[in-house]
Amino acid sequence: MSASGKEKGWKDVPMGGLILEAGSSDKYETGDWRTYRPVWDQEKCRHCMICWIYCPDSSILVHEGKMVGIDYKHCKGCGICAHECPAKCIDMRLETELEADRAEGARAGAGAGGACCAKSGGEAGGK
Amino acid sequence: MANLRDLTKKEELLCGGHRACAGCAAPIAVRQALKAVDTPVVVGCATGCLEVTTTIYPFTSWRVPFIHSAFENSAATISGVEAAYRALKKKGKITRDIQFIAFGGDGGTYDIGFQSLSGAMERGHDMVYICYDNEAYMNTGIQRSSATPKGASTTTSPAGKVIPGKVQFRKDLTAVMAAHNIPYVAQAVPSHWNDFITKVQKALAVKGPAFINVLAPCRLGWQFDPAETIDIMRGAVETCFWPLYEVENGVWRVTHKPREKKPVRGWLEKQGRFRHLFRPGNEHIIEEIQADIDRNWEALLARAGAA
Amino acid sequence: MSKRVAITGNEAVAQAMRQINPDVVAAYPITPQTEIVQIFSTFVADGDVDTEFVTVESEHSAMSATIGASAAGARAMTATSSQGLALMWEMLYIAAGLRLPIVAPVVNRALSAPINIHCDHSDTMGARDSGWIQLYSENAQEAYDNLIQAVRIAEHADVQLPVMVCMDGFIVSHGMENAELLDDDMVRSFIGQRTPKHSLLDVDRPATFGALDFADWYFEHRRQLAEAQTHVKGVVLDVAKEFAKVSGRSYDLFEAYRLDDAELAVVVLNSAAGTAKEVVDDLRDKGMKAGLLKIRLFRPFPHEEIVAALAGKKAIAVLDRADGLSTMGGPVFVDVRSAMYDAPGPKMVNYIYGLGGRDIDTEQIAGVYWDLARIAETGKVTSPVTYLGVRE
Repeated sequence: MSASGKEKGWKDVPMGGLILEAGSSDKYETGDWRTYRPVWDQEKCRHCMICWIYCPDSSILVHEGKMVGIDYKHCKGCGICAHECPAKCIDMRLETELEADRAEGARAGAGAGGACCAKSGGEAGGK
Repeated sequence: MANLRDLTKKEELLCGGHRACAGCAAPIAVRQALKAVDTPVVVGCATGCLEVTTTIYPFTSWRVPFIHSAFENSAATISGVEAAYRALKKKGKITRDIQFIAFGGDGGTYDIGFQSLSGAMERGHDMVYICYDNEAYMNTGIQRSSATPKGASTTTSPAGKVIPGKVQFRKDLTAVMAAHNIPYVAQAVPSHWNDFITKVQKALAVKGPAFINVLAPCRLGWQFDPAETIDIMRGAVETCFWPLYEVENGVWRVTHKPREKKPVRGWLEKQGRFRHLFRPGNEHIIEEIQADIDRNWEALLARAGAA
Repeated sequence: MSKRVAITGNEAVAQAMRQINPDVVAAYPITPQTEIVQIFSTFVADGDVDTEFVTVESEHSAMSATIGASAAGARAMTATSSQGLALMWEMLYIAAGLRLPIVAPVVNRALSAPINIHCDHSDTMGARDSGWIQLYSENAQEAYDNLIQAVRIAEHADVQLPVMVCMDGFIVSHGMENAELLDDDMVRSFIGQRTPKHSLLDVDRPATFGALDFADWYFEHRRQLAEAQTHVKGVVLDVAKEFAKVSGRSYDLFEAYRLDDAELAVVVLNSAAGTAKEVVDDLRDKGMKAGLLKIRLFRPFPHEEIVAALAGKKAIAVLDRADGLSTMGGPVFVDVRSAMYDAPGPKMVNYIYGLGGRDIDTEQIAGVYWDLARIAETGKVTSPVTYLGVRE
């Protein structure tokens, strides 16, 4: 079944418009709304969790009290994390520029991990 | 008092993939509120931005049981759920302890849902009502509500050639709820997350109804850069436009007193909805807004015995 | 064992509610329903029920709280009349759309303006397309019996729809009649326990109730609701069969009174049927082949059975205690006539009567039958819609 379930007819869905799969929006991508991408510098991060408590999209990934990356599948690029980070370890970069960088990196034979991605240690997005 | 690292270990009860605008304060408020929860919780929500963006079929962002029925009745609906809980618990059909939170925007709380909120609070249901106040009907496209501050331009109180935005001052709903003499009432904002989460914890802990009014700036309606959402919240507190306080069993207490009360002018300037106030001839409106804030702040300090 | 008592409609309904012992009742007072709420309050105050009684601040909140309680898995009820039902209107559709088996007695009363506290059916007729099942009751006995059966109908796995049990304001609600009440234990074992498939209080399986559908899903969910309506008829009959075993009283989708061999038929709901039966008996004595069809299940509309019962009649009059204000008759007439379109065609006429509690007497109903006799004889309808009992 697709995430949207649109191939289903009225006989195949739960009664009363109920959604029985809690947190199913996890499957819905809002990452493609982004104009700017938060790029996280793992070196500078103090794991203070300020970005985490202010993120509207539950997109700061944390494991055992430490930030481990950004969920780019859902992050909409609002920039709150970068604006609020006391360590200034998140940089908002234009997606189009990053794409250009990546394309250039690929042309230069640098493989999938372009310059920008190497810098942003934790691209753990896309759960 | 909450500790951020400890909070990160709690389950994320509102997940990503909801369709709120980038930088929206409502999901920030909800995430923080749900971090205060230690027992299973059932959530109700009024029609509005929060409801439509988090429950677009077949996707739900809620990892807790959730009910939306209509716009004006989030409090009444949850009061029924809570009554069912009491009935079924009495009969032994439910054994778990469960708590109840109703959310509503300012339209669904200050205006159309005011009666059902007042009724539910008076009846004493063991529930927490959290109003995420973004100061206008944002879901329908920024129409003025009774929470819209004086001077703000909205689509039904537009700044025109003759009328400079909303003419009336906002309704002081938090004080109105305090007048219900319920065990706990508070005003909060997510920028001061610790203050807010502590208040939600207190609200959940009291037996009986509790009300929290949480300011939730709307970047679209207030017209600011989405990255500044938290900054705008801070400004509301520092200018005493949105004082942080609580009323616990009738005792008023200011929970955060700004070191230096900033003039409101600078805060208004950052928001497009007040842009017209800076045109020649409209300066007196800013003075009136400042005078109103000063008066309310002094009155609050006097009530809280902190003057 | 069951006992025979002199009782008003409101008392009978309140007694049924006591016996049903709902988990939650959320209600607001309105004439002529108020007594139900008052009597039920004394049951709560005296500990005769386990119900959490939510004394809401409006009918809108009454239905909202009932919806919340039902979604939480509780057996939930409310009761109302007239303006109260009108204020619930928004929430009626939501209760049905969420497939919540709420049961609500409605004491029929006219809608404003002008404000009027007496009986007509404009209130429940306004709710006829909300997705609620509607059962109509001629007297206190039927209101009592219908309410108890309604619990089973609403909660049936193939139905899962709210049910409104209607009875006439004052005429039945305040009129003293003889009725037989079942034993408490009989009622409780007849209705059993509610076993919801999904509940808000099932915190280990969190469900989202009341999600937003765009154009890609709304139609499917409404189609599902329409399908549920098709199951109602069969369930109503099955429940009636079981109820007959317990009570000795039999119920159908409608009552056909001396209708089989009748040539002239009147269709009516609620208390006026009692008066009409007397007229039928009288006219039969005079040699007229008069008959009566009293609708019990009005929503969903049992059109096939009604057509079968009315086919072959020479002339039919539908008596509506509500005006559709469409200039083509009242709501029951419109439905019956539409259903009869495919039947070998008797002439059909409509009478709007009894609005705002205006009495209808045997003479007026006899007049209707005489009109039908003329229509049957001449084959001509001169007045398709007649206001019966209004001062011209």
